[in-house]
Amino acid sequence: WQQAMGSHTAGGSQAPPPPPAAAGGGETQRTQYPYVTGTSVIALKYKDGVIMACDTGASYGSTLRYKSVERIKAVGKHSLIGASGDLSDHMWDDGNSLGPKEIHSYLTRVMYNRRNKFDPLWNSLVLGGVKKGPKGDEKYLGMVNMIGTHFEENHIATGFGNHLAIPILRAEWHEDMTFEEAVKLVEKCLLVLLYRDRSSINKFQIAKITAEGSTIYPPYSLKTYWGFSHFENPAQGAVGSW
Amino acid sequence: MQTSKQNWAECRLPSPLDRPSLKAHRRPNILAERKAQHEYWRRPSFFLLPQSNPASAGCCFNSNSDPRTKEKGKRRERVREREKRGKKQPRRSPLSHRLRTQIRMTGSMDLPAKGGFSYDLCRRNDFLEKKGLKVPGFLKTGTTIVGLVFQDGVVLGADTRATEGPIVADKNCEKIHFMAPNIYCCGAGTAADTEAVTDMVSSQLQLHRYATGRESRVVTALTLLKSHLFKYQGHVSAALVLGGVDVTGPHLHTVYPHGSTDTLPFATMGSGSLAAMSVFESQYKEGLTREEGIQLVSDAIRAGIFNDLGSGSNVDVCVITKGKTEYLRNHELPNPRTYVSSKGYSFTKGQTEVLSTKITKITQLKQKVEVAEGGDAMEE
Repeated sequence: WQQAMGSHTAGGSQAPPPPPAAAGGGETQRTQYPYVTGTSVIALKYKDGVIMACDTGASYGSTLRYKSVERIKAVGKHSLIGASGDLSDHMWDDGNSLGPKEIHSYLTRVMYNRRNKFDPLWNSLVLGGVKKGPKGDEKYLGMVNMIGTHFEENHIATGFGNHLAIPILRAEWHEDMTFEEAVKLVEKCLLVLLYRDRSSINKFQIAKITAEGSTIYPPYSLKTYWGFSHFENPAQGAVGSW
Repeated sequence: MQTSKQNWAECRLPSPLDRPSLKAHRRPNILAERKAQHEYWRRPSFFLLPQSNPASAGCCFNSNSDPRTKEKGKRRERVREREKRGKKQPRRSPLSHRLRTQIRMTGSMDLPAKGGFSYDLCRRNDFLEKKGLKVPGFLKTGTTIVGLVFQDGVVLGADTRATEGPIVADKNCEKIHFMAPNIYCCGAGTAADTEAVTDMVSSQLQLHRYATGRESRVVTALTLLKSHLFKYQGHVSAALVLGGVDVTGPHLHTVYPHGSTDTLPFATMGSGSLAAMSVFESQYKEGLTREEGIQLVSDAIRAGIFNDLGSGSNVDVCVITKGKTEYLRNHELPNPRTYVSSKGYSFTKGQTEVLSTKITKITQLKQKVEVAEGGDAMEE
């Protein structure tokens, strides 16, 4: 079940996983430290469902190795999983009709038990979904850590997003945002991450899940601003500094 | 550098106590002796940190190997011999002796007369570390400090929490330090280091103002700070946001503990710097007005206060413009004490039920023990 990300998957496709033996990581291999890693994932609940976004880069140590990695996957009909951390530890299910809450508890159990056996899956997984419940469409957004920490929230960020995106989300998230507002807020966070996280790239992918199903949009770039006057000649007031 | 075979006895400098007589006419090189003695007594102490208890600073000093104890032993013998012969001791109050011992023990940070670094204690430190002695770590204080440049000048901001490990030591401390009437500096890192460094550079700037007769420039403060911090190779743990307005315009710089600096339009430092930076990166633009600048700085500090555990309490803001500085102490108080009993704590008599009473008389002392006076005062 361990899907190795040795090969690129261009955004959007749902190709079946290569057989585990061929992909450089057998079922008995232990991840003691992460090799190829993805950076943060941001997700938040809005009026119709859950929106999730991340960049499409994967780093190999300090090299930006892969630039078109899809880190958000649709799982079943009702959920999306976004993963940050080691990419070869991606777990995914094969199209059952499990709801997001069930998948979240399943993942929690898996992650926690792996950690107890000192064989962790080096990931922070974000799980979002919408399922028809007794009160109508219930949105669900939760996170599981590599050590098994799990919780449910209105907005989630993993990795560096914990420090950079969560202050913005806490200040500016509110109930029942429209899709446009939600995308704008997510883009704000992604831009800050682009400026300040060294392992992020300017190519993002947004995915949304609503009662009708999941949509993963093609990757796109954000506009950055570098035109501050202080950036042009920073040493003009302090000769010899930079 | 000394070889490993040498021990402390061989390293010591000559002391005037080696001489048989203390009379001045028999010691022609008294100046050289005094200088050597001064250098020996005032060599750098074991830890560069100020010790919390000066009397215990010498606890890491092994009296068996240190040549000073042998000298003291000789000195005691000499004193006893003098007493036997009936001669008077030179007048010296016991208190001054205790004080001088304490001062010797705490040592000082004086460098050798030639200048540069003194590596006297490095070998001994290594040896002790191999034996398992743990060097005390630095107490980092959590902080959020920010600065930004707006159209008329510079706005600096800071939170007001000083932590000692997991405990809040000071709920409302001042992190924005005065450097010059037109230059202020926010400090993050070890509180003692930031205060000492900013005080020192502030005094140097004042002297410089007297010498030149001009208003201080921000680059002067910057250069003084970075050269001092570089000299100490990052051991002076002070991360600063320096901002001010001088004849050349408004300037904002960050100074890191190792001595590097940045010149930026907006800057954040401290443990809450990421939270504050996220606010700046998403909302900063050029040509902000004074109100917008203050609002943005307060937002950034509040993001640090509520999203970082090391920062908290209130928001301090300092606005510096050409010719005018406003220090808005406790500009915002987003953490008020909400649950305070209006009656205070008072317990009226009769509120506590008495279950039983037992009276025990304290008996008189049966035995009085006399303490015999010892020969010498307690030596450390």
